[in-house]
Amino acid sequence: MNLVLSDEQEMVRTAARDFVASRSSLKRIRALRDAGEFSRDLWREMADLGWLGLTAPEELGGSGLGYVAQMLVLEELGRGLCPEPFLSTILLGQAAILFGGSAAQRNELLPQVASGEKLVALACDEEGGRFELDHVTTKATPTGAGFTLRGTKGHVLGGASADLLVVTAMAGETLDLFLVPANGVGVERERERRLDGRDAAEVRLYGVEVPAAARLEGGLPLLRRVVDRATIGLGAEMLGAMSAAFQMTLDYLKTRVQFGVPIGSFQALQHRAARLFVEIELARSAVWRAHALLDEPADLCTDDAVARAASVAKAKCSETIMLVAHEAIQMHGGIGMTDEHDIGLFVKRARVAEMTFGDALFHRDRFAALNGF
Amino acid sequence: MLDAFREEVRHWLQKNAPPRMRTPLAHPDEVCWGGKKLQYPEDVVRWRDVMAERGFTAPTWPKAYGGGGLSKDEARALAEEMAALSLRPPLVGFGLSMIGPLLLQEGSEELKRRHLPSIIKGEIRWCQGYSEPGAGSDLASLATRAKRDGSDFVLNGQKIWTSYGDKADWMFILVRTNPTGKKQDGITFLLMDMATPGVAVKPIRLISGASPFCETFLQDVRVPIANVVGEVDHGWAIARALLGHERTMIADVFKEKGDFERMVAAAKASLGLVERRVADPVVRDRMAQLEIDQSCFDDTLARARDGAQAGHKPGHESSIFKYYGTELNQRRRDLMMTILGPQATGWEGPGYDDGELKATRDWLRSRGNTIEGGTSEVQLNIIAKRVLGLPNVT
Repeated sequence: MNLVLSDEQEMVRTAARDFVASRSSLKRIRALRDAGEFSRDLWREMADLGWLGLTAPEELGGSGLGYVAQMLVLEELGRGLCPEPFLSTILLGQAAILFGGSAAQRNELLPQVASGEKLVALACDEEGGRFELDHVTTKATPTGAGFTLRGTKGHVLGGASADLLVVTAMAGETLDLFLVPANGVGVERERERRLDGRDAAEVRLYGVEVPAAARLEGGLPLLRRVVDRATIGLGAEMLGAMSAAFQMTLDYLKTRVQFGVPIGSFQALQHRAARLFVEIELARSAVWRAHALLDEPADLCTDDAVARAASVAKAKCSETIMLVAHEAIQMHGGIGMTDEHDIGLFVKRARVAEMTFGDALFHRDRFAALNGF
Repeated sequence: MLDAFREEVRHWLQKNAPPRMRTPLAHPDEVCWGGKKLQYPEDVVRWRDVMAERGFTAPTWPKAYGGGGLSKDEARALAEEMAALSLRPPLVGFGLSMIGPLLLQEGSEELKRRHLPSIIKGEIRWCQGYSEPGAGSDLASLATRAKRDGSDFVLNGQKIWTSYGDKADWMFILVRTNPTGKKQDGITFLLMDMATPGVAVKPIRLISGASPFCETFLQDVRVPIANVVGEVDHGWAIARALLGHERTMIADVFKEKGDFERMVAAAKASLGLVERRVADPVVRDRMAQLEIDQSCFDDTLARARDGAQAGHKPGHESSIFKYYGTELNQRRRDLMMTILGPQATGWEGPGYDDGELKATRDWLRSRGNTIEGGTSEVQLNIIAKRVLGLPNVT
């Protein structure tokens, strides 16, 4: 497992960096935030670039370039704070269908996902569950032809815009995942207004009828596998966001003059900046290692190894992104507190990302449990 | 070609390595540092000598000076074959790691011929004379005076923190040859025989007990001008090149194998279990945080190593190793004290077992990690200025 980029991966990174620089300004992000939207046009452009199928096999519309390539795209999207639904549709939705779908479901749905036509969301959070994936009270009651789903899901990422939902529910004592058309009879969705302005929704299921074939294969282990991989991907997005926030802060330290000198010449601020740099480089290593693991063959890339790598990456990224966010405001001074300045956009995304799939405390506790202490 | 070399070396190593040299070191002191002042067991000496004869103690150094004359690929093959047989290093020390490479780069032909062969054979052990009581982080303000007298310099002053000064035969030393002008100018890099009259060495006892550090006192010590490396008054650049080397070495040396397993075992024993986990969730969290940071740090080292092997220039990540590696080690030793509780208070037995006593000494010793080889604050200055490009105070 080598931590060096191949030429092909370097090309993906350059393309992603150029794309974000030319197609996605922070002005765009601000406008989308205020409207609570993302750009369908940009999403289709990403599909045309092949980014929506980097980890999907070629016969299902993907390119199979792999997780490290996907990491590079995610990092650049994170740098630009792009709100397009990569996390919900690709990291969660696509993965759930890829790992848990029948051949028919994969053949039908995955090409539509990779082409950007279909948006998917995973509805797995419930009130009081905090970060525990097995806290599920939504019920799947067997009927003659399938199941009836009843319950309420919160913080469904991409839930307002999704075409298709993957819903966790208890079928008796067993946690299962079901594909549910987002506009189906008995599905009610209400947009949540979150800090980062991105699409999230509360989803209420009032006796939604689904056929038996809507049940994905795999239950709780499938859910964990999907969420662990998405957690690693989220780490890459967070890495991009924290790098950009740090760069913005560094630029400010070099240009803001007080007491007749750039404030970046003060040792108190230099050392704080240097510490941020160190922490970000450590986070980068964790994220990279985890993605490299996902590109390894199955005997190395076990669910257990992925779980550990996910917890290392997410614990480190959650801790570091909040450190960077808070330090960024402090080093910007008063201007950093204004809504007009872009650093606040990063601070708000940082908090939401930190709380997605478990914060640092949660993942440190899980890491300890996985390592037998 | 390389395969033939590998094949030949494998057989040669198998034939020549004494049996005990194929087992892990039982104690760090078992490794051979060479020199005239210490006696080593017969098989350690035999292993060193047989390797030195082929120049394999310094595999890539030119044959003309007694080195192995190997290409980089051959040297890697040798290292891999040695690792495959679990062979101990035949010789270590500042001669091989510091002054030798420097002489190869900067030394005159005469100095190379005089010193490199004895380094390769392990006959002479070297120490470094940099820091002074008044010149620590601000090394360039060093004041050990060297005045010309005929064909000699006459040295007067004091060096401190000389690692293994009492066991070394020669010292590479920074002296002030010109006290006027900018402090970085007027420094000269000299090679000094520790047996010269006027040299006195005294070991330093640390808060953690005995240590390899010494003070070195110099009173009217005569060193031939012929022993200057580079040019008189222009030793600072040479000294700095060596310091960078030292900082990369320091980053990775603290972690001992099994550190974390020992910590988990100690935590379970000292704090008890709840559902087979360490009972105290606060300590658990700190342990996880430490181990996660260690894992991130190890991967950052791996990133630098993989990049170097792929022929990339050292990236920004390499500047963080000294800073972060030492901070991590301090956190590890301190957390161990928290875990041991009252059993962390022992200095000697009885009442405390060896592991507890070692943990306490390790904690005390670790406080020096963020000072020696460039303080954390100096490292942060370097990152801020050279990596981040933050401005100097004007």
